[in-house]
Amino acid sequence: MAQQSTTDGKKRRFLIAATGAVGAVGAAFVATPFLTSMAPSARAKAAGAPVEVDISKLEPGMMVTVEWRGRPVWIIHRTKEMLEILPKASDKVADPESSQPLQPEYAKNTNRSIKPDYMVVVGICSHLGCSPSEKMKIGPESGLGDDWPGGFYCPCHGSKFDLAGRVFKGMPAPVNLTVPPHTYVTDTRLLIGEDKKGA
Amino acid sequence: MSKPAALIQWIDERFPLTANWKAHLSEYYAPKNFNFWYYFGSLALLVLVIQVLSGIFLTMHYKPDAALAFGSVEYIMRDVPWGWLVRYIHSTGASMFFIVVYLHMLRGLLYGSYRKPRELIWIFGMLIYLCLMAEAFFGYLLPWGQMSYWGAQVIVNLFAAVPFVGEDLSVWIRGDYVVGDATLNRFFAFHVIAIPLVLIGLVAAHIIALHEVGSNNPDGIDIKKKKDPKTGIPLDGIPFHPYYTVKDIVGVVVFLMVFTIVVFFMPEVGGYFLEYNNFIPADPMKTPPHIAPVWYFTPYYAMLRAVPAMFGSQFPGVIVMGAGVVIFFLLPWLDRGKVRSIRYRGPLFRGWLYVFIVSFVILGWLGVKPTDFLGKVGSTDLEWATLLARIFTIVYFLFFLLMPFYTAIDREQPEPDRVTG
Repeated sequence: MAQQSTTDGKKRRFLIAATGAVGAVGAAFVATPFLTSMAPSARAKAAGAPVEVDISKLEPGMMVTVEWRGRPVWIIHRTKEMLEILPKASDKVADPESSQPLQPEYAKNTNRSIKPDYMVVVGICSHLGCSPSEKMKIGPESGLGDDWPGGFYCPCHGSKFDLAGRVFKGMPAPVNLTVPPHTYVTDTRLLIGEDKKGA
Repeated sequence: MSKPAALIQWIDERFPLTANWKAHLSEYYAPKNFNFWYYFGSLALLVLVIQVLSGIFLTMHYKPDAALAFGSVEYIMRDVPWGWLVRYIHSTGASMFFIVVYLHMLRGLLYGSYRKPRELIWIFGMLIYLCLMAEAFFGYLLPWGQMSYWGAQVIVNLFAAVPFVGEDLSVWIRGDYVVGDATLNRFFAFHVIAIPLVLIGLVAAHIIALHEVGSNNPDGIDIKKKKDPKTGIPLDGIPFHPYYTVKDIVGVVVFLMVFTIVVFFMPEVGGYFLEYNNFIPADPMKTPPHIAPVWYFTPYYAMLRAVPAMFGSQFPGVIVMGAGVVIFFLLPWLDRGKVRSIRYRGPLFRGWLYVFIVSFVILGWLGVKPTDFLGKVGSTDLEWATLLARIFTIVYFLFFLLMPFYTAIDREQPEPDRVTG
C-alpha cells in the first residue's frame, strides 16, 4: 500500500503513452523498407518495351494475339460486315461512346480504333483479369444466340464484349476493354505500347 | 524412486511437464457424451501435422521460379523417389483440411458451441479458417499451372476493385503489373512460413481458450454446474486421456483409411481435388475456357459472380463475397436463443439452419459450373444459374441477419439437468 501512495499514476500513464508512441513511430519506420520491398522492382518496371507487329498477313475476320507487358494484346482485322454491325450493337452496350478513359484520344470513336479495319485491344477482362475467349462469328454459329453481333466471351464470370471491346449491359465487367497506346509505323507494321511521335 | 520417475521430477522442477499433462489431458474433464461430430477437431489437428510434414519434404525439391516451378513439380512427380506420394498426400490433405474444418464448423452450429462463454474460441476458429483460405490460395499458385495462374489473377484483381487505392494495392500484392515471377516467389514465402506460423499460433490460442472454459457437448448444457461435492470434478465429465484420446484414435484410423484410398486410387477426385487444367503450364496469353476455384472456395465464388457490376465497379460483388465469410464472426452475438443445442431448439432455428446448409451446398455447386450451364430464364438475358446464385446468396445472408429475431421468438424445449448421452 505504501508503494501505491508514492506512485504518480498520471505521470506513469503519460510515460507509458509517450514510450508507446515513440515505439510505434519506430516500428512504422522499420516496417517501411520491408513493405516497400514488395513493390515492383526496378527490373519489373523496366520491362515494358513496345512491341512491333507485322499485320500484312492478317486476313479479314482473323485475329492475332501478341504479348505486351506480359498481357495479351489482340489485333483483329474486322470485315465490312463486322464494322456495319457495330453501330447496331450500340444500344446493347454499357458505354457505346467510350466515355470512360480506357483508350487513347485517337481511338475514342465508335470503332475504338485508328483504322476502322484494325482493332487493337488488351485481351484482359475489366472484371477480374481473365482473358476472354474469341467469339467472332456473328449470329447463332457463335453459340451465344441469334442476335450475337460477334465479339468476346469471358469464361470466368460470363462477361460479353462486342468487336470493339465494348462491354454489354448488365455484365459483371464494369467497363470496356482497354485500348493500348499504338501507332502505325508503316501501313502494315503496327507498334504497340507507344503513341505516334509528336502526336 | 525409480529412474523414469526421477527424470520426470527433475524436469518438473524446471518445466511444468506433469502440470501441463494434467491440465490438458489426464485431468481435463470433457463431457462424457461426445458423439460422431466431435472427431473433427482432433482430425483437423492431424491434417495440420500431415500438411506441415509433407510440405517440408516438397520444399526440398520445389523451385519457386516462374520458369522452373511447373517443371519442378513434374520432377517431384516423376523423378524424386516417392515424390508422387508426398505430393499427393499434400494435395489431398488440402481438400481434406477443408472437409474436416467445414464439418467441425457445422458441429459448432448444431450444438451452439460458439455461444457464451465460447465466443473467443469461435473467433480464433474463424481466424484459423481465414488463414486456411489464405494458405490454400497462396499454395495453389505454386504448381504454376493454368488454374494456378488464372485463379491468382482473379483473386488479386479482387483487391484492384477497392475504390481509389485498389490498382496500387493489387500491383503491390503482385510485385509486378501482371502475375509473374515476383508474385510466385512471395506467395511461396507466405505459403511455407508466414501463414503457417500464424496458423499454429491461432491453433494454440483456440485450444487454450477451449481448455479455459471447457468443451461444449451435444446437449449444449454446462457440465460444471453439477460437480461431485468431494472431488470438484463434473459428474458428467471424463478425463480427456485416456477416454477421448482412445476414441479419437478410432477416428484417426477411419480417417486415414479414407485419406489413403484417395491418395492411392483417386488423387484427382474427378478434377475436384486437382483440377485438370492445372496440368497445363501457366499461359498468361490464354485463359482456359472454364475456370473455377477448387471446390472449397466455390460457395463464395458463386456469390461473387451473382452480383452484377454497379456504378461502373465490381466492388459490390467483392464486398458481398467478403461479407459471406466475415458474417460468421458475428454469430455469437446474432443468436438470441436460450438453449445451445439443436436438440432443444425450436422449429424456426432448425428450419433456418437446414435451409442455410442447403444454400451453402447449392452455392458451392453453382460455383464449380459455368454461368450458362442451365440456360436462360425464358426469353430474358438472365441466366438461370445467376438467378439461383442470387436467390441462395440472399437466403445465406438472411440466415444470419434474421437470426436475432427468429431465435428470440422460437419455441425451444427445456434443457435437461444432466447430459443424455
